[in-house]
Amino acid sequence: MSEGNLMELRSNAPTGPIEERWTKHKAASNLVAPANRRRYNVIVVGSGLAGGAAAATLGELGYNVKCFCYQDSPRRAHSIAAQGGINAAKNYQNDGDSVFRLFYDTVKGGDFRARESNVYRLAELSLNIIDQAVAQGVPFAREYGGGLANRSFGGAQVSRTFYARGQTGQQLLLGAYSALSRQIEAGTVEMFPRHEMLDLIVVDGEARGIVTRNLVNGKIEAHTAHVVVLATGGYGNVFYLSTNAKGSNATAIWRAHRKGAPFANPCFTQIHPTCIPQSGAYQSKLTLMSESLRNDGRVWVPRKKEDCDKDPRSIPEADRYYYLEERYPAFGNLVPRDVASRNAMYVCNDGLGVGPMVDGQRRGVYLDFADAIKRLGEQTVRERYGNLFEMYERITGESPYETPMRIYPAIHYTMGGLWVDYNLMSTIDGLFVGGEANFSDHGANRLGASALMQGLADGYFILPFTIGNYLGTKRNFKEIGDDHPAVKDALNEVTDRIKGLMNAPDPKHAPEYYHRKLGAIMWDKCGMARNKAGLEEAIEEIPKLYEEFKRHVKISGSGESFNQCLERAGRTADFFELGLLMCKDALAREESCGGHFREEHQEEGEAARDDENFSYVAAWAWNGESGSQKLIKEPLSFEYVKPSKRSYK
Amino acid sequence: MSDKTFKMTLHVWRQSGPNDAGKFERYECPEVNPHMSFLELLDDLNERLIADGQEGIAFDHDCREGICGACGVVINGVPHGPQRRTTTCQLHMRQFINGPHEVWVEPFRASAFPIIKDLTVDRGAFDRIIQAGGYVSVRTGSAAEANEIPVPKKIADRAMDAAECIGCGACVAACPNASASLFTGAKISHLGLLPQGQPEREDRARKMVAQHDAEGFGGCTNHNECEAACPKGISVDFIAQMNRDFLKSMLTAKDDVPNRK
Amino acid sequence: MQRALTLYQTNIGKKAVLALTGFVLVGFVTGHMLGNMNAYLGEEALNGYAETLRSVPALLWTARIALLIAFPLHIYTAISLVRANRAARPQRYAKKEELVTSVAAKWMPYTGLLLLAFLLFHLAHLTFGWLPNFDPTNVYANFVSGFQNPVYSAFYIVGNLALGFHLFHGVWSMFQSLGASHPKYDGYRVDLAIFLSAIITIGNISFPIAVLAGVIQ
Repeated sequence: MSEGNLMELRSNAPTGPIEERWTKHKAASNLVAPANRRRYNVIVVGSGLAGGAAAATLGELGYNVKCFCYQDSPRRAHSIAAQGGINAAKNYQNDGDSVFRLFYDTVKGGDFRARESNVYRLAELSLNIIDQAVAQGVPFAREYGGGLANRSFGGAQVSRTFYARGQTGQQLLLGAYSALSRQIEAGTVEMFPRHEMLDLIVVDGEARGIVTRNLVNGKIEAHTAHVVVLATGGYGNVFYLSTNAKGSNATAIWRAHRKGAPFANPCFTQIHPTCIPQSGAYQSKLTLMSESLRNDGRVWVPRKKEDCDKDPRSIPEADRYYYLEERYPAFGNLVPRDVASRNAMYVCNDGLGVGPMVDGQRRGVYLDFADAIKRLGEQTVRERYGNLFEMYERITGESPYETPMRIYPAIHYTMGGLWVDYNLMSTIDGLFVGGEANFSDHGANRLGASALMQGLADGYFILPFTIGNYLGTKRNFKEIGDDHPAVKDALNEVTDRIKGLMNAPDPKHAPEYYHRKLGAIMWDKCGMARNKAGLEEAIEEIPKLYEEFKRHVKISGSGESFNQCLERAGRTADFFELGLLMCKDALAREESCGGHFREEHQEEGEAARDDENFSYVAAWAWNGESGSQKLIKEPLSFEYVKPSKRSYK
Repeated sequence: MSDKTFKMTLHVWRQSGPNDAGKFERYECPEVNPHMSFLELLDDLNERLIADGQEGIAFDHDCREGICGACGVVINGVPHGPQRRTTTCQLHMRQFINGPHEVWVEPFRASAFPIIKDLTVDRGAFDRIIQAGGYVSVRTGSAAEANEIPVPKKIADRAMDAAECIGCGACVAACPNASASLFTGAKISHLGLLPQGQPEREDRARKMVAQHDAEGFGGCTNHNECEAACPKGISVDFIAQMNRDFLKSMLTAKDDVPNRK
Repeated sequence: MQRALTLYQTNIGKKAVLALTGFVLVGFVTGHMLGNMNAYLGEEALNGYAETLRSVPALLWTARIALLIAFPLHIYTAISLVRANRAARPQRYAKKEELVTSVAAKWMPYTGLLLLAFLLFHLAHLTFGWLPNFDPTNVYANFVSGFQNPVYSAFYIVGNLALGFHLFHGVWSMFQSLGASHPKYDGYRVDLAIFLSAIITIGNISFPIAVLAGVIQ
């Protein structure tokens, strides 16, 4: 990156007819001969759908792969928790689906903030993903004739979602894990579980390795390579409470960002409306329940504040406020995720929330199945939602057959991430980013059942190819030894940082204490709805809290052993810096689009997008210190799907 | 549902490393909220320990929604605690309102699961069993069109019953012989049931069973404790299927499978 | 041969050996019990039955050889399996609660050892005739005089109760270990185990009781 001047972002997206772009791009690319591949070392960080699939495929091609994950086994990556399904434009249902339609739906669903070329490729590859997964033995749901079953998901007008009970993510991940295991056995992939990436090694503008901490014995190690792939997932845990795994973190991408990789659209986060509400201050995570519940459940809150702590069954019909049905008569309880989420927040802010009081507010609304049970009978309701009701009862101790469920929105997915070009390479040469960790494909809002699709498209089909092209084009690499100054510097930086965390001047509280506070700021001011004043406050508050954290964070144990407290402290520190950038991005984007809702920008209560001024990717380049990132814009153009307005009134 | 908090005494296994002898430490939890999960109780205890300058209790956990398989401790002698078909992260303290209020928390114990620290064990043996053959050898991009392989719904459903395994290790922890037969049998059955898994079915059973034994897991003596402790309720029928596939392969296969390193 | 040895080194192979030898032994105890039922028909019937067996040496020796292989192999395999299984959990739990396992399953090694002791006694008593008052020509007399001793009878009863427990777990386990499982028929495996262990135990225990009660004399 040149000093002072802003870099130009080249998307390297091919031109020409959209349906030919990926094929032509592949045909025009350079390759690495089979015998030469083993001379190249590739590091893959993360072992979820994107990372696991990429490591397995690269290993299969004959590259020398090292794969890292912080979990005790690659099989535990958080892709495993995806419930609903995976989209593919197979048109097995003969209901008019096609690659173009999936592409169209994804661009539109993303509120016109994604690159058309990328999205089309994603829709195209969706076909291969299903073939691949089936061949691996992923036990997708079947019809009686033995063919694959589909369902309609997230309001799509076609049934294109493939699923394996409520555990599609698990089964697809175990498929990728089995492919990865096969390569580990073959010796092409070396697996490093319980290793956390703490820095990126950059030499002459090229990503040449990473620094890791062995979480079992605390050893700091450098691993060099010709290419580094980050597939480390999303950053929803910046909000402290989210549906992410406890360990999900942004450290790998944040460290890469600090080494020069721009962070794109950080404020694009997705909220899921049907999660189980927080029950107390001790809460460690939120659990999502399938959105399908809204097909039959009715959402309401009491009309009167004094009814909020009453048994909901005792509240007469006239005193119930079915706010979605009243405000959106056409769509009712089936309004899109963001609309349902925001309205839940508004009624709770008005003091009409239900459930336990947490930090002085009741955050929950009822999702009532009493009418559905009356209309369909308990048996039918049980058949449709039995599993979900069981899960709800296990967590809350209440039976939805007897009393209304309580739900509240929660952070669920982050569309933003490291900026990448069409080849999924960041502005640092040789640094590739896949899956939720990059920003591509979903724009400002992700459609249901598309996360699995993107992770696997990146991992199985895109990265292995574009990495080959990079290596085949570059060919000559400088030898980097462990004594290279850049390697030593990175090692020292990591060691110093750990020392700094371990030796706060005035240690008082465990890292969670500060993380929870950061989460509260983010949720209140950069959550479902944002406004200028709130974001400006957050931009003031976060650095102050960060300073407090640095002074007072208390970590027991040593840095040279298994120390989960230290792990959390490092991740929390990076969340402070990322949270600040999110607020900055949200403040700069003076429009509402997808998951980003600016209260100043609405028309009749609906999000008002501003295509004239904001039809771009906001990529933020590190500029020496936290909060001083510079904005670089990658303009977006739409040749095939003309921007249109969403309306659900 | 009562919101009243209650008191609890925990005896937690503390062990600083694999070679340390380890012992139980007693901790008082004066305010247990019935809506907390068991892991949140440990979080809360850890936060107090850390603020007090002591080391927190090390325990594996991640998704906290019962699917990743990272968590798992033995609570009063039962892996994942008293609620059936529930992982430790999904076990809520309301299960303890009426006692017991004195609880022993131990790691999964097996020679094949060495203790790393406190309640954290190394389950790498499971990964190695899968590496030995728990896959269909298919190249990326070489797959046939998905619907060209019809799979009867009943077979697909049964394969899914086996594939639901989350690899937590509760079966090993519960088995009087610390056997991983349920884990191994579930994977062999999942792939052995499907048409995609047929070409490698014989070798797979032999390779995975050999690795299972090499890791030092015990043998199955049909106590069925594994099925009862399994948070996904995986059936011991899959152990029978493994036995069948393995024996058949040993008796009929022409070639030996090569020894693993 | 190499394959057979490799198989025997695996846990599943050992369990298969236990199941197959167990199958032979179940056959033996069933036949043994049924044959002894002749005692209820009187001295001639039982001695006649014994004579018939001896008159067909091919049958007798086939059975004897099968038993001479099955018994030691069953015992040796069981011991090596138990040792390997104990080694798989070097450190026991401070607290352990069993969820579903049966007493029969848990006591397998102990009922097995008890059966071994009982078997040795039984052989010494009624096969080799090392105990007093043995008449090698009259099975019936030995049968009656042996059970008239309440100590011997008590040991027979205890031994056969152990056999019952051992059989119950052994019989259904045999199917499972050999992989004979099908959702439709799995219930019958347990039914068969209950049936076989019950009739063999009741049948065998009835002999000393009948003698002591004077029904057989």
